[in-house]
Amino acid sequence: LNSSSPVFLNGVTCRGKVLTLDSMNPNVRRVEYAVRGPIVQRAVQIEKELREGVKKPFTEVIKANIGDAHAMGQKPITFFRQVLALCSYPDLLEDNKFPEDAKKRARRILDACGGHSIGAYSASQGIECIRQDVARYIEKRDGGIPSNPDNIYLSTGASDAIVTMLKLLVCGEGRDRTGVMISIPQYPLYSAALADLGAVQINYYLDEDKCWGLDVTELRRALNAAKQHCKPRVLCIINPGNPTGQVQSRECIEDVIRFAKEENLFLMADEVYQDNVYAKGCKFHSFKKVLFEMGPEYSSSLEMASFHSTSKCYMGECGFRGGYMEVLNMDPEVKAQLTKLVSVRLCPPVSGQAMLDLVVNPPLPDEPSYASYLKERTAVLAALAEKSHLTEEMFNTVPGITCNPVQGAMYTFPRITLPQKAIAKAQEEGQAPDMLYCMKLLEEEGICLVPGSGFGQKEGTFHFRMTILPPTEKLKVVLQKIRDFHLRFTQEFS
Amino acid sequence: MSVLQEISSNVKNMKTLEYSLLARWTKQIKEDLRQGVKKPFREVIDVSWGDPHRGGVKPLTFVRQVLAACLYPQLMNGEKLPVDVRQRAQKLLDGCAGWSRLVFSKCSFSLGSYSATGGLPEIVQRVSEFISRRDGGVPSNPENIFLCCGSQWALTRILNVLVNAEAPFPTGVLTPAPCYSTTPLSIEGLGGVVIPYYLSEERGWELQVEELHRALESCKGACHPIALYVINPGNPAGQVQSRKSMQEVIRFASEKRLFLLADEVYQGCVYGETEFVSYKRVLSEMGPPLSDTVELASFHSASKGFMGECGLRGGYVELVNLDPAVKKYIYTLFCADSSPPVLGQIALDLMTNPPQPGDPSYLLYYQETQHIRSTVVKNVKKACEVINSLQGFSCQAVEGGAFAFPRIHLPAKAIQKAKEAGMQPDTFYCLRLLEEAGVLASPGSDYGQEEGTFHIRFCILLPHDVLGELLQRLSDFHTQFMKDFS
Repeated sequence: LNSSSPVFLNGVTCRGKVLTLDSMNPNVRRVEYAVRGPIVQRAVQIEKELREGVKKPFTEVIKANIGDAHAMGQKPITFFRQVLALCSYPDLLEDNKFPEDAKKRARRILDACGGHSIGAYSASQGIECIRQDVARYIEKRDGGIPSNPDNIYLSTGASDAIVTMLKLLVCGEGRDRTGVMISIPQYPLYSAALADLGAVQINYYLDEDKCWGLDVTELRRALNAAKQHCKPRVLCIINPGNPTGQVQSRECIEDVIRFAKEENLFLMADEVYQDNVYAKGCKFHSFKKVLFEMGPEYSSSLEMASFHSTSKCYMGECGFRGGYMEVLNMDPEVKAQLTKLVSVRLCPPVSGQAMLDLVVNPPLPDEPSYASYLKERTAVLAALAEKSHLTEEMFNTVPGITCNPVQGAMYTFPRITLPQKAIAKAQEEGQAPDMLYCMKLLEEEGICLVPGSGFGQKEGTFHFRMTILPPTEKLKVVLQKIRDFHLRFTQEFS
Repeated sequence: MSVLQEISSNVKNMKTLEYSLLARWTKQIKEDLRQGVKKPFREVIDVSWGDPHRGGVKPLTFVRQVLAACLYPQLMNGEKLPVDVRQRAQKLLDGCAGWSRLVFSKCSFSLGSYSATGGLPEIVQRVSEFISRRDGGVPSNPENIFLCCGSQWALTRILNVLVNAEAPFPTGVLTPAPCYSTTPLSIEGLGGVVIPYYLSEERGWELQVEELHRALESCKGACHPIALYVINPGNPAGQVQSRKSMQEVIRFASEKRLFLLADEVYQGCVYGETEFVSYKRVLSEMGPPLSDTVELASFHSASKGFMGECGLRGGYVELVNLDPAVKKYIYTLFCADSSPPVLGQIALDLMTNPPQPGDPSYLLYYQETQHIRSTVVKNVKKACEVINSLQGFSCQAVEGGAFAFPRIHLPAKAIQKAKEAGMQPDTFYCLRLLEEAGVLASPGSDYGQEEGTFHIRFCILLPHDVLGELLQRLSDFHTQFMKDFS
């Protein structure tokens, strides 16, 4: 009796399920998202057990799995919250406890909202004056290179825009199916979206020995191999990188642009960590800026989308779901299709659009809130920089753990050497060896990380991703515990 | 050669709405008005969206006070905000950190965090309690509820699981005609096929089960129908389904092995004699085996009703009788979306748990919601009266929802003129209405209608005086139009 055959019960026809593993969209079965995957579900369960009074070797679970700064104690930028509060409850515009620059911005945002309310739908592409502000921000950031507000699409976090572009681009059947190039290791939103869309994922490997650098020869290798079984059309790059944190050099960015042009690829530049750069000698170069500086041969032809968000950098406002993408050199007919596609989800959250507006339009030096804004922003970025160095140093003192410098972003992705016995045990249990490692760490120390297998890694290597977000003192404790665990683990499986 | 000359055929197949033409014209007209160009009107009345705030309805004070306090907790110092506002905000902020409760419990609990995948657990719990209360005690399990970025987002996710683009036959979804445009677009965008079933206009836009049978028959061999989508109360047509009709639909879904998608976002907007009852409740009351087997997803939102908080993007889906193995994959799918916007989740919490009698904010809350309610009831009455009094215009009773969807009996000359202009006749009518009277409504062609019939849709969740102005302009225009094309 299979699940789809009708069954007679007491003379009434009933039925097995309509929506079963067999009948459901097979692409959805291939979707995984390690950042919130099985290890996190176990962590939540353990937290529940702790609350119920179950005795454990630890009193709390430290969730260093997700890039959520506020959950780790980082404070929001006061000015931003003031403006959002004013937008939500405009009666407060009469309250003299709020600074004038906050009120000015709130009024401007409300004027752009239907019925002067953030509760009204906005245009699907996003509120016009905010798109204009985003364009101005981009121009300022990129040394004056013009940005057209019509090419800006506000979105529900950067993820929404990334998935939308992929939805637009993925087409074809069989050997003509769109291939999308993505780095290994990668942020698993990409692999999830590609699985969901039934696109072909083309992996290009970052070089761990060269600080996770990207080499064009590797891009070429991956592309040529892929051409046998799909039609490569898109190249995705995350800079600064996630999980690896590398900040690409200008030369590398130029190489990638040249490669994309030669191979006629659409470039997707995920730049959500653009303010998170810590290492000396590293600098964020926007793909757009480099593109234009390479001259009209490239800047007038390469088709590209770049993405940014309110979830990272110094704001950490993940819960607002604010973001945008800027598209370049897009065929007007295709742009019309894109505009049609985004209209289906109605509009991005207006509060997220407002938050984004503040990120691109923060207090200016002559405004009352500037000093406190700058202080808060500097403190957050300085703390992250300190923690990035601390983490790298600490992990490199542990035999069996090697850690590349955390040049940027919010994570460390150290490589762990696992004893053969542990690898064998994991394989017996049908588990990735680094999952076994991370699960044990969770059970023994209450620390939740994400195994490297969730991001992709070179065959035979193992990693984990840990955020550098916990407050410094806490982070030191976490690092120590991981060190102790690693030594124990190595001993246990020797 | 452009990379982008080839794009997803699913996206290309998505219908381009007539509305987009009207939106472009509106933009131009608004710009002209700003430049001081003289027109027969001073401003455009935009009633093309089901957006109360855009139309001039004020947000509820309690809701906005709680949001502000959550955003900027310093506001809770002192007595400025009512005590129940402060208590609620504190409770919500405690819930924000609850998901990842850490040893540094004195840290800023912040709206800025991602939440758990299905939504902040405390809010999900309260939503499930609301559902249970609403349904006369039918149990609701928080594990079956996913908060999301608006109900449309959730619907698209569930459709994503149902529509199998790799199957030999395209997946079909039975969808009402008329139906508001986003749902059919979502289906097409996923590579699915819309199978329209026509609501019966003469019978007050009633859903007739014979029509469901016909629609299903019509697609034999062309696609594999997997789901039946209903909107109750309706959009654009404002019908509220009777219990009997809902039972027929449930039996039909069971017999024909269809997954039932019940879009109930307008459940808070009911004005006529028929009361709203949820599909989940009706299903439960029909007892086993149906109550244990019919697979159902029901959708609700903070965008409609008295709250009207469309821009906050708060919605949810509740799943009933789903295969647990499939639910696991649905969960993972929602995981990759990160989490729904926290303000939208808070809006849902406030919608499902408003101030109660005795609470300090209750009186004001009651006054504000009653005002909105009585305004809409007045609006519905007036709109139907005015329209039905005009030649060539008729409107079925609006029992619920946010819109009036009157029928325009267009003269042959007008239809001809529209054809010459390369437009749908009702789009032509709407364009003229926009240009000459400054009213932006949407044409029936965007929603599906019986061949040869024409309609327009406009929002009735407006301040009464705005509706008055709208109806004045509409009747003057309509009378002139009918004269011009007689």
